[in-house]
Amino acid sequence: MTVDMSQFYEVFFDEAEELLAEAERLLLGIDVADPDIEQLNAIFRAAHSIKGGAATFGFMDMAEITHVLENLLDKIRKQEMALTNEHVDAFLAAKDVIKMQLDGHRHATEVNAEQVGDVSMMLKSLSEGKDAAIPADPLLEQFKPEPEAFKVAEQKPVIELTDADKSKGLKLYDVGLPEVTERDLSNLKDELALLGEIAVYQRQNNAFALMVKTDSSADDIISICSFILDPDALVIHEVGASDAAPAVTASPETSQAAAPVGDDPGYGFFDDDPIIAAIEPVENLAEAKAAQAPTAPVSGDKVKVAEEMGYGLFGKDGQEKQEEGYGFFAPFKPHPDAPKAQMIGDETPVTAAALASAPTAVIAPANAADDRRTQPRREADKAAPQSAESSSIRVGIEKVDQLINLVGELVITQAMIEQRVNALEPVENEALINSVSQLTRNTRDLQESVMSIRMMPMDFVFSRFPRMVRDLAGKLGKKVEFVTIGAATELDKSLIERIVDPLTHLVRNSVDHGIEKPEVRRSVGKAESGTLTLSASHKGGSIVIEVTDDGGGLNRERILAKAAANGLPVNESMTDSEVFNLIFAPGFSTAEVVTDVSGRGVGMDVVKRNITAMGGNVDIRSALGYGTTISISLPLTLAILDGMSVSLGKSVYVVPLNLIVETLQPRAEDLKTVTGEGLMVHVRGEYLPIIALHALFNHPTEITSPTDGVLLILEADGKKSALFVDRLVGQQQVVIKSLETNFKRIPGVSGATIMGDGSVALILDVPAITQMGQTTNYVTGGLAFANQNYSTLDKHINA
Amino acid sequence: MAKTILTVDDSGSLRQMVTFSLKAAGYDVVQAVDGQDGLNKAKEKTVDLVLTDQNMPIMDGLTLIANLRSLASYQKIPILMLTTESSDEMKAKGKAAGANGWLVKPFDPKRLIEVVQKVIGA
Repeated sequence: MTVDMSQFYEVFFDEAEELLAEAERLLLGIDVADPDIEQLNAIFRAAHSIKGGAATFGFMDMAEITHVLENLLDKIRKQEMALTNEHVDAFLAAKDVIKMQLDGHRHATEVNAEQVGDVSMMLKSLSEGKDAAIPADPLLEQFKPEPEAFKVAEQKPVIELTDADKSKGLKLYDVGLPEVTERDLSNLKDELALLGEIAVYQRQNNAFALMVKTDSSADDIISICSFILDPDALVIHEVGASDAAPAVTASPETSQAAAPVGDDPGYGFFDDDPIIAAIEPVENLAEAKAAQAPTAPVSGDKVKVAEEMGYGLFGKDGQEKQEEGYGFFAPFKPHPDAPKAQMIGDETPVTAAALASAPTAVIAPANAADDRRTQPRREADKAAPQSAESSSIRVGIEKVDQLINLVGELVITQAMIEQRVNALEPVENEALINSVSQLTRNTRDLQESVMSIRMMPMDFVFSRFPRMVRDLAGKLGKKVEFVTIGAATELDKSLIERIVDPLTHLVRNSVDHGIEKPEVRRSVGKAESGTLTLSASHKGGSIVIEVTDDGGGLNRERILAKAAANGLPVNESMTDSEVFNLIFAPGFSTAEVVTDVSGRGVGMDVVKRNITAMGGNVDIRSALGYGTTISISLPLTLAILDGMSVSLGKSVYVVPLNLIVETLQPRAEDLKTVTGEGLMVHVRGEYLPIIALHALFNHPTEITSPTDGVLLILEADGKKSALFVDRLVGQQQVVIKSLETNFKRIPGVSGATIMGDGSVALILDVPAITQMGQTTNYVTGGLAFANQNYSTLDKHINA
Repeated sequence: MAKTILTVDDSGSLRQMVTFSLKAAGYDVVQAVDGQDGLNKAKEKTVDLVLTDQNMPIMDGLTLIANLRSLASYQKIPILMLTTESSDEMKAKGKAAGANGWLVKPFDPKRLIEVVQKVIGA
């Protein structure tokens, strides 16, 4: 049976990316002084899983580096080595490199080999623990990685027996070794080197083997080896000798075994186990036993192991693999004395120490591994059949957009039908009415499902910042604690993508210019470590993203001076908010960077422009000495709103349903006029301010007393108020159309929608209205303008 | 009737690969994402073979094996460890926990099927 591995590549890539992101998140959150062992374990597991997958699917470059990473992590989690900031930096760098390799395989992007090498070296040097409290265990030498160390050695080293050699009476022997210690191997090599040219390599089963070119006989080799090893465990045969010639072996009873030593198939059974024996068909068992026979000349150690553990060695399997070039599935057989698992690393023919002692004889068998590496996943690009278990599919965004638009149209059409049907005689048309209400429910469900396709959690954006903040803070010599709030808040994908750049700019500014250096902070009595908070939340019909730092804050005087110097129109009577907003002015940003304040201006006009282009709004709050908050509010363009339609005169407005606490018709005795507050309504022990929408919007209506109309009790920003409108029209889902895109931004209105009868209704921006209601000067020119141009607006939106 | 195999691995790609290969060879496959999940799934339906990873969150492979062996229904069910660690120490631990054998990761699907067929037949 053949299985096309490429079909699992995408799953592996996704999984590896997730694991990398998770590892990075954990690394950034780790307390270096007192790391949580569970976190270390989780990071280790991530590296371990990536390594396993990479090796399985043949991405050896990724397997190599994750292997080194895993080794180091293992030492740390076993507390053989103390975690340092250097480690964390190296791990993060490794994550970047692995991601680069991943992208290289996945999207055929460029992989910077130099960077890979650098990181690999860094991890290795850390792994040697030069500044960690780790005993200089000679066995650790074994882990001193070599670049070759991670290539799969399945080719025998190239010691060739030339004709010239033959004429000199030289012979080439292949000596299969039992499991040997590093030291024994090294000694053996030294001894055998006296006989002639030798090379050490590792078999597919990780057992070591030697090639010896010498004029001595096989018996000589055996006798030399017998000083160090049990000679019965050796398998020697002459390379290039005619096939008929029997292989020279140390133990005669195993002489037919020309097969390389114990090509361990990488699996086994504990055969004193009744379960396997019971289940396994007898023929199979016999066959297995037979297959086992030729491999009998395994090493002394191995035989012992086999006896104790009763596992079968299927030599022929291993050989087959070798011939077919499936060598990268070589099983891992670590050195028995090795303190920890080495998977690919053990494939190295010799360790660095061994290299040093026999520098000329070692030939790294790397070619095959290299070939395999270049083979990666081009094939996988040919639409690999999706496995039935795939949990996600990839669809072009334009298809989703088209779907959303169509559903939007459907919702409007459906609303029209509903309105027509509701005008019909209910008894006669009962069946029709029922079907239409069913259609209404279905449409709503469909719309919700379709909309959710595009929604992504803010975490998608937020997750990139911890790393950036950390790096930046490190570079600037600052201490910054990074906090995110509301990462699960969902936002439309298109907005998510477009918010990244402005947000990156703001976060960078906050670290660069907002948060002070530790010594400055200490001198003003703040904690050395500054806090940078990134939050996302729903507020009314918008999503509010805030970047808050507890740094030095904005300096009003300096901004004014700077603005004046840049020729911006300023005066002393401007409010703080107006002054702070000057930093968004294009003229401001051209200035050279001046300490603490003006640096903020660099590129801020671009930020503002980007956000405005998304129909959003940027606002700054700042207190000198205490910090700055930059608040971005994005309208829910494309989003759907559960709304309550209310009438005012001849127009209909939509109020977001989630902000309505209750609706009521007040009695005259519940209304009170309070000095300085205007008209209030008494609702269950609370006095709430009444906001008359007709007065606020300067909108003509017949109903001017709350007792004749309806009050909507609204709650926004934790404050309650009563909105006075004429009538309730009905509850419905509306598709939000952006006013900013189609017309212009109007205070108190967050968007517009098309009603069932085709008319346009404005969606109220409740928090803004609440605020406007509380200021006396609430009638805005913009809105009056909007009313005058209502027909123009209508045309725009319907266009 | 097709035999059912429970594969326990926290790596989705590995699990899928194993599942796909086993299904292609005509087995039914139940997947579990960690030891605890594996234990629950194993209790739901007694399978014919368990293949488990060692290094997993929540419950590791050895604990899973030990837990399975404490169930009456799993006394005679073969369990194989799929592990990157094949040290004798790990094998001894696996055996002590009650595993019947091991298969070293990474492995290729062919070998997996080969081993599975040896254990429970085609």
